[in-house]
Amino acid sequence: MQTLSFQFSAGHPAQGRALVGCVGSGDLEVMLEPGTSGTLAIAVVTSVNGGEQRWQQLFQRMFSDQQMPALNITIHDFGATPGVVRLRMEQALEELSHV
Amino acid sequence: MSDANAEKINRLLQQRSFIELGARQRARALLDAGSFRELLDPFARMTSPWLPKQGIVVQADDGVVVAKGTIDSQPAVVVAIEGAFQGGSLGEVGGAKIAGALELAAEDNRNGIATRALLLLETGGVRLQEANLGLAAIAEIQSAIVELQQYQPVIGLVAGPVGCFGGMSIAAGLCSYLLVTQEARLGLNGPQVIEQEAGVDEYDSRDRPFIWSLTGGEQRYASGLVDGYLADDLELIGEQIRRFFQQGLPAEQRSHRHAWFLERLQKFDGSVQADAASVRSLYQGEQL
Repeated sequence: MQTLSFQFSAGHPAQGRALVGCVGSGDLEVMLEPGTSGTLAIAVVTSVNGGEQRWQQLFQRMFSDQQMPALNITIHDFGATPGVVRLRMEQALEELSHV
Repeated sequence: MSDANAEKINRLLQQRSFIELGARQRARALLDAGSFRELLDPFARMTSPWLPKQGIVVQADDGVVVAKGTIDSQPAVVVAIEGAFQGGSLGEVGGAKIAGALELAAEDNRNGIATRALLLLETGGVRLQEANLGLAAIAEIQSAIVELQQYQPVIGLVAGPVGCFGGMSIAAGLCSYLLVTQEARLGLNGPQVIEQEAGVDEYDSRDRPFIWSLTGGEQRYASGLVDGYLADDLELIGEQIRRFFQQGLPAEQRSHRHAWFLERLQKFDGSVQADAASVRSLYQGEQL
């Protein structure tokens, strides 16, 4: 198990919060909550050690072409592949837009 | 195509699976629309303090969803266990959430609010990493079920795919009404535990038809150990649950009929390999 944290620049705090996924095999839980203006902070707890670069690049690619709202994101990961992580992240952001 | 067939096909296409839903979706789906209100939701972050010490990732709700709301416009509490997280195992926090919810429902009843309870059981039983704390919590859940059903029915539903095992199978047995689907399994010990203890010749945990023939929902219903055998259809399951709540408390709780069950179990011949038919006839009291 490993705990990682990441920070990216962001816009105004998000409205509302969202939770998607489950800490089941090959899946993850993503929680979104309003953050501090200008900052997107991500805390990842993962069952797979040594994946810091992979997480960093996945987030960078996701956020490079869009201005994200300021969020505190908590991820509880149980060995999800990058594809599953991205789908869950997008699902959570979509949920947030419906709040 | 006949009208009857067209109707059947239409029904199949419109059918919404219950088994495929996660715990939170299940609770939301069975409460009256718009009445779902979660207690100690995931953002409360009441997680297991014991799993991280053993290098295991927690889930924000510890795998247990407790929701208040209404069923059929009557106050209700729904407890849903998430089978995908640690096999639906119950530790200190998840167990305390369930026991607390049931105790509060009993208190509601003493204060004139007729809260009833629905348990959506998807659990392998105690969470081994939390050992005695999980066992203690399950004992509290059992006491709370017995306490609450002095006032209101407690309905248990085992839908699958995990099933209901260990101490929680005893909790299931205590429920006023217990409902299952074909996918459900109900047993004190899980198949792998029995295989380990009895040997693969007697109980092959990988022989799925054999396992379901003995512990599956259909068999448990035919043996009189559960009260309802339901299709995996959200609407039908909701209807059945409302019907059982409308019936009120059963004339006699199954758990009070222990003498009847013991008498039958004493007739069991352990020297012969049990199969589905012999177990059914044992419970039904018929000759083979």
